[in-house]
Amino acid sequence: MTEEAIVDAVRKAFPEGVTIGGVAPRRIFARADRAIIYKLCEFLKNQLKFDHVSCVTGVDRIDRFQVVYHLSSYENRCVLEITVDIPRDDPEIDSISPLWGGANWHERETYDMFGIRFKNHPRLERIFLPEDTQFFPFRKDFKLGRQ
Amino acid sequence: MRATGVKRAVDKITTPIWSWSLRNSIFPLHFGIACCALEMAASSAPRWDAERFGIVYRSSPRQCDVLLVNGWVTTKLRPDLRRLYEQMPEPKWVIAMGECAISGGPWYDSHTVVQGVDTFIPVDIYIPGCPPRPEALLDGFLKLQDKIRASTKGRFLED
Repeated sequence: MTEEAIVDAVRKAFPEGVTIGGVAPRRIFARADRAIIYKLCEFLKNQLKFDHVSCVTGVDRIDRFQVVYHLSSYENRCVLEITVDIPRDDPEIDSISPLWGGANWHERETYDMFGIRFKNHPRLERIFLPEDTQFFPFRKDFKLGRQ
Repeated sequence: MRATGVKRAVDKITTPIWSWSLRNSIFPLHFGIACCALEMAASSAPRWDAERFGIVYRSSPRQCDVLLVNGWVTTKLRPDLRRLYEQMPEPKWVIAMGECAISGGPWYDSHTVVQGVDTFIPVDIYIPGCPPRPEALLDGFLKLQDKIRASTKGRFLED
């Protein structure tokens, strides 16, 4: 499928909640609501053959958090970037590791660094830092220095 | 035995022997953390050949008498490194190799790197450098030999 065909299929399946931000060669940029992220990923995996999660990471925009997914597809030769805004006082989003096992550790790292909780994650624990760590170091309000 | 002076006589004869054998068979723990471990490997390779000083790396802490900390220690590694230190039999010494082990190095304000090994293990020799060259590492071991010679450890009869 070409990039335009993927965009059309996504628009058709999700008339609400998904905004296509731009299309470049082999790259599609999209924004999505956090309520539909699991269904969107399920659709992308089963219907559009996006078979690989390259990365799941977080961004701290100070007034809100963002979770950024990079989904890639061998068949479509294309990477789809999905950005999801989530409120800072309720950093929670559906986990996509039931769909792709590769998202497991990415989501754990995002939880470890940003404190974003992923619902239905099989094992949402600290991955880099010790379990008794009291802070989330990649948040902007975290101050570096001697702990 | 102490009253008759036998202990003093035995100590006088055996202390140099024990000290000589201790300082010429330094067995560091083969525990590489970071890039300084490459210098550790180079120093035991043919070009510098640490084994001519009796420095043989052993893989079990129970067979070692020197803990060579070569690299940054994260808070997650700290309890395990402390356990390795506790598992080593006395007499034992600790060498902090490189800036990270001495003070945290480039990660002086990191959220996860311990700011110096001496915050949780007593350190005998500090070898600065980032990383120190193999010559510096060997010099540190020779300094440790001097320290062993000067100390009274290794007496045959303990008090």
